[in-house]
Parts: sequence; structure tokens; C-alpha cells
Amino acid sequence: MGYTPELLELIKRVEKTRPQRVARKKAGEEFPALTLDERKVRLEKYHPDYRDGALRELKVGPSKGYSVAQEIADQFEARSRIDPDRIDLNEVHYETDVLVIGGGGAGTAAALMAEEAGARVIIATKLRHGDANTMMAEGGIQAATKSWKDSPYFHYLDVMGGGHFENDPLLVKTMVLEAPKVIGWLEDLGCMFNKRPDGKMFTLHGAGTCRKRMHYAGDMTGAEIMRTLRDEARNRMKNIGVLEFAPAVELLLDEKGSCSGAVLYNLETEEYFLVKAKSVIMATGGSGRLHMQNFMTTNHYGATGDGLAMGYRLGIKVRFLHATQYHPTGAVFPEQSEGLLITEKVRGAGANLVNIDGEQFVFEREPRDIESSSIIRECEKVRKGIPVPGQKGKFGVWLDSPMIDLLEGAGTVEREFPAKFILFKRYGIDISQLPMLIYPTLHYQNGGLEYKPDCSTEIPGFFVAGEVGGGVHGANRLMGNSLLDISVFGRLAGQSAGMFAKDRGDIGALSVEHVRQYHRELETEGIKTDRVSPMILPDYTTPEVKKRQWTTKYVGSLR
Amino acid sequence: MSAVTQQLMETDELSNDLSIRTDLIPIFIMGKKYDVPSTLTIQKALEYAGYQLIRGCGCRGGICGACATVYRLPGSPKINVGLACQTVVQPSMYLAMIPFFPANRAVYNLDELKPDAQTILEYYPELAKCMGCNTCTKSCPMEIPVMEYISAAIRGDIEKAAEISMSCVMCGICAARCPAELGQYNIGIMCRRITGKHIKPRAEHVWEMIEKINSGRYETGLNELINSEVQNLRKLYVERQMEPHTGPEEWKPDSNSYL
Repeated sequence: MGYTPELLELIKRVEKTRPQRVARKKAGEEFPALTLDERKVRLEKYHPDYRDGALRELKVGPSKGYSVAQEIADQFEARSRIDPDRIDLNEVHYETDVLVIGGGGAGTAAALMAEEAGARVIIATKLRHGDANTMMAEGGIQAATKSWKDSPYFHYLDVMGGGHFENDPLLVKTMVLEAPKVIGWLEDLGCMFNKRPDGKMFTLHGAGTCRKRMHYAGDMTGAEIMRTLRDEARNRMKNIGVLEFAPAVELLLDEKGSCSGAVLYNLETEEYFLVKAKSVIMATGGSGRLHMQNFMTTNHYGATGDGLAMGYRLGIKVRFLHATQYHPTGAVFPEQSEGLLITEKVRGAGANLVNIDGEQFVFEREPRDIESSSIIRECEKVRKGIPVPGQKGKFGVWLDSPMIDLLEGAGTVEREFPAKFILFKRYGIDISQLPMLIYPTLHYQNGGLEYKPDCSTEIPGFFVAGEVGGGVHGANRLMGNSLLDISVFGRLAGQSAGMFAKDRGDIGALSVEHVRQYHRELETEGIKTDRVSPMILPDYTTPEVKKRQWTTKYVGSLR
Repeated sequence: MSAVTQQLMETDELSNDLSIRTDLIPIFIMGKKYDVPSTLTIQKALEYAGYQLIRGCGCRGGICGACATVYRLPGSPKINVGLACQTVVQPSMYLAMIPFFPANRAVYNLDELKPDAQTILEYYPELAKCMGCNTCTKSCPMEIPVMEYISAAIRGDIEKAAEISMSCVMCGICAARCPAELGQYNIGIMCRRITGKHIKPRAEHVWEMIEKINSGRYETGLNELINSEVQNLRKLYVERQMEPHTGPEEWKPDSNSYL
């Protein structure tokens, strides 16, 4: 295993230019960054969002007329998994104060804070508790914690610039002000951030940051946060119940129009269950497994945009769903690692992106959409991409990780990126000595359901937290702001939903009238489809196998 | 269709379509034979064979620990281990997944724990049963010397146990194989949380910043930004001073404004 002889030959060109590139970096000289106007042109010409047919105008629902990614429109223009006329709303199986839908970082942070507000909590999650994109976030979490050089003011500017100044200003303000509190909270829960001997946390640059404010735990920051939050939730099992392999498929209202629970689906027994709750937090995360434009994705198996579909059907508007984030550096070689995320921290630590001739073609710390567009341009327009062995027509560029050891001292790559180091070692590639072959990969849902800074929405009792929500990142999220987003808004949603539950009187008769209405609207608009949403799980069955699956009728993508 | 297949379909290179590949090898999934492409991971091979995974599949990137797998190769009694999403198939491998293992986990209040050996043994008395067989280390797909961190925990060197176990993905294979019936990964995270909270010095700069935020210090500046026109915001964004990449930790910007 390891690189093919052809690739090893090409790597020599990278090695040839490396000493000069390292010397320039050491002298503080960077590849010129694009101006704001140049950024705009690059996006419009090369970003996948701008391709013909990428978006489609919604024909139904609260954001009718708005154009979103085709694959998301498919989820919106679909019927419920349940038949509103068959469901028995009198048979309630679980009752709780706060129902959290989604067992990732946002959901778990929310559960902890709701519990602290005195609520009994149920977390309903599709896979295992913690199997979520939070677990996979590698690089770090942004927060202005070093007051001699940074402040929430500068963090705010960076977030807005990254999002092309379209972000919801009040959400951004909340996020940057809450950021240091989240770091303190996580430290207090025992998260092991990388620290100096005096306790000062290490911080790095990320793309689009003006100050080094990326806090990290090796290259598994998300995993460290996720497993810590999950462990704490398990310590509080008296008040926080977890239902695994039980995704929500529809929300419940009461007769007064307040959100009052959800319908869960037991993936193993194929039964549906009703949860009655005084408030509901939607924290289902993103939608990379919808594979926009057939791109490979870094997302976990369950990222199918379930919360978007449920929330939209409930009547919550969506925003920024026209913008999908492609992470610049997904592995394309070896085949087994395809689509795998290579953390931006590698570029934050100084590694250049170079083409087949070993030439740098972009500043490595441009915001993600610009960086991705530049890589696509280098491969498609400039035609200096590196052909991916065994996959005709596919190209990548080099991420020159060995520069890091030259800049920061031998052993840095292994120490700072232990997870990736082991992984590539398994495939016979030492990334402290050899560059990685990468290409942009579908990574993040920039937009989502509309919510306010306290995570409340237009529907009383319904709260939104994390990637399923939209607004704080505008059209493009910066590195280190997703772990921050899920922590900040997870906590706030938990507090808000906990308080709402406390103040709420009795729940009226349960209703799924909104589902009936939605179905009627589909019919009115002439949308005839056998699609159901949420999708729940992607279907990777090969056409060969499908040909022999003779069961009369499957519903959706789940068998 | 797999993500790989989908991506390939885009490039009209149908010969790359996994469903008509020729480099097939036999593997035995829970004893049943399937022919799968030789370059796939166990996880993708399961899907190629026609499985739709519910359990035993999470991040698909080697970090969530959902897809613990054991396998044996012909001609050897050895039980091998791996994460299904990270391990490439081998000819005639016999494999089974362990998507869940009921390991013991103590419930504790982190605030009240003292960072010493006593504490760990009180919550996990079974630690004393460790017989040093090293099966845990041999069965770790992350190549963590598991027994070393268990020994460190027994000695009361909690910080060491935390450091060694840092890259644990909590897949549970160690617990499944342990003759002393330890739940190593749960002991590991307890050590890490004690270390993070009680042993490592606190990050004072974080708490100083929180105080400053609570005093309302940044309200005026942030409200200026919120109320400013996009044109002005763009100008401030472009003109903001960049901390140099190789600058020292103590670096300060030229102006103190808005700090």
C-alpha cells in the first residue's frame, strides 16, 4: 500500500519547491490573499452552488419561492412517513418536560442545561448517543479568550467577513459573546484542551481569522467535546433519558399551536412511539448524506437533514440553504479514505496547497468557499491537478503537511494530528514526510431553520440549535465556529426550553393537523411523489443488488 | 449506491462503477460468503454485499467507535480487530461486528472527585482484577497501549492514564476481550475528565475574558458593528490587523481599541 510509483515521482516536484516555500513562511511572507472583489468572481465561476441546476425554487411551505439545493428541495417536497389519519394521538408512550431530538453536541449540551434548569429530559437519537458530526470535528473551537490581543469585536468581524456580511447580526453577537463562556464551561466539565504548563490554552489561526483563537484538543477536538458531554449526560441519567436508534419523524402540536412532542420511529422494531413534551429542541444537525450534486461527504452516516424536513413541515422558514459548504481538503487517496476530512488545522499550522508542479496557487487560509473554489479552478481550468490513480477523470491537489515539521520542529505533525497520522500510517503513508492528495468534499449545511438568539422560533415550545439552524454563519461558516455554534446555541436552547417547560401549563389535545395541511398543499401545487421525508438513512445499495430486491414496495430509502 | 460510486458516475467513467468491478475477493460476513472489491473497507464491503447498516455505522471516519469488528484469516487461530470503516477487506476473512458491548460504567459527580488512586478504585473496584495479560492492548484498533493506562490508573497516576488514553474512540473491543471484565474505555474517560478538571492548571485567561464580557466591556463596540452599513463593515474587515502566523503568544496589535 502507500502511494503509487507515479505519485511518488510527482511528489518529488513538491519536495523541490518546499524549501523556498518554508523559507518564505518563516520570513512572514504569505501568498497574496484575494481581495473581496476577486473572491466574488472566484465563487461565481467555480463554486458548486453556482452551477446550473444546483438550486430549485420551493413550491410549498413557509419559504415558498426561495431556491435551495435540489436535494433539500426533494426532502421538503415529500410526504410524511406517517399517515395522519392512522396515528392514535391518545396513546402517549413517553412524557417529559423537554424532548431533545438529536444526540450530537448541540442536543447533548441542550439536555445538560435543560436538566440544570430543573427539567426532566429525553434525548431521542437516530444512531447511538454521540454518533454525530460533532464527534468528527477535528480542528478546534473559536473563542476570543486572550484579551491582550483579541476580543469578541474581532471575532464578530471575522464571522461576518467569512459569511459575506449576510449573517444574522444578533445571532453572531450572541455567539461571539458566549464563546469564552463555553470554553470555560467545557474546561470545567473536564475537557482536555491542549495547554501550556501554566494552564494557558494553545490557540491557532484558522482560515479567515485575524487572531489566533482556535482552541483545540489534538486533532480530535470534536470527539473530546462530544465524549465529555455524553459522559456528563450519562452521569445525570436520573433526569436525562436517552432513546437510541429512535429518530423523530414528525413533530406534534397541541390544539393551541404549541409544539408538544414528536413521533419517534424505532429502527429495530419498526414501531412508532409518541413522546409528549412541554418543549422540543430540534438538534438533528446537517445533511451531507443527501450528497448534493453527487459530491462525496465528510458527514456522519445519519446526516440526512431530518430536522429540516420536520421543522419546515411545522411551518418554520429556512434561510441560507442555497449555500452548501464544501470543505477544501477531503482525502481522495487511497480509495479507502475517500471523502475523509483533513482538518483545516493542517493549513492553519502552515501547510501550503500546491499543484502538480509543486506551485502554490492559493493562500492556504482563505475562507472555505474561496479555498474550495480555487482548488476546483486549479483542477478544471488551469488543469494542474494531480490525476487520482485508478479513477480516470478525477483530480486532486497536494496538501503539503511535511512543511509543518520544518516550520515547527520534527514530531509536530505526529503530536498535533495524532488521529490522521495513525490513519494514514495504516495505509502506508507517513504524512510528516509525504503530502496528502485532497479535493473539496461536501462538509456543512451553512443554512437551516430560522431561530432567534435564545433559540426560540415562530412556534411556541419549539427551539432550534446547531447545524439544523441557519443564520449565524451567513453563506459560509468559518473553521472552528461549528463546535462553537453547537455549544453556544445548544446551551441556550437547553436553558430556554427548560424555562419554557417550567412556565407552560397543561398540554392540550395533541394534533398532527399541520401534516394534513402540508399534504393538502403538496396536492394543490400538483406535486405528485412517492417520496417520504425525513430520509432517516442513506441508501448505498448497488444497482446490482437492487435489481434482485423484488419486494413489492419500499417506502423511502429505508428497507 | 455508495458515495464513491455516485462520485464516479458523475465522471461518465462507468467502468469504475463498483457494481461491475472485476477485482472481487471472497469474504465471509458472519459466516456467509460474499464477493466484494478488494480495495473496499469492511464497511463499504458490507454495503456492496447489500446490507443497509443500522447499527455498527456512525461517522464512517474512524473516530466515533460505532463499527468495532473482529475477524479471523484462514490458517491462523488469531482473532484480529479493526474498525469496519477503516479496515480494508482481505481474501477469505471471517468477520463479525460488535456494535454494542455492555461494559460497566460508574455514575459519578466530577466536582466531588479527588484525583487519586483511591477514587478510581472506589468507582471501579474490578481494576484490582487486572491480570496483566495485555489482551486489551493487542485488541485496540487505535493502537493505544491500553494496559499501560490501566496500570497507570491502578497506580493513581491519573494524568498518565489520561494522556495514554487520549485517542480512545470507545469502540469497546478491549472490554469485549478482557478476561478480568474491565470496561477500560469508561475508566479512561473518567481519568481524562479528572485530569482536565482537577489536575491541569486552569486557563486563567479564559475566566478573565468571561469577567470582562460580563462587565459589558464589549457591548458598545459590537453594537457599532451591528448598526453599521455593509460598506463600512467591509472596510473594517479588510483593515483589521492580522496576527502574524509565526508571531509569539504575547503578540499585541498596534492599537488597543476594541480590546
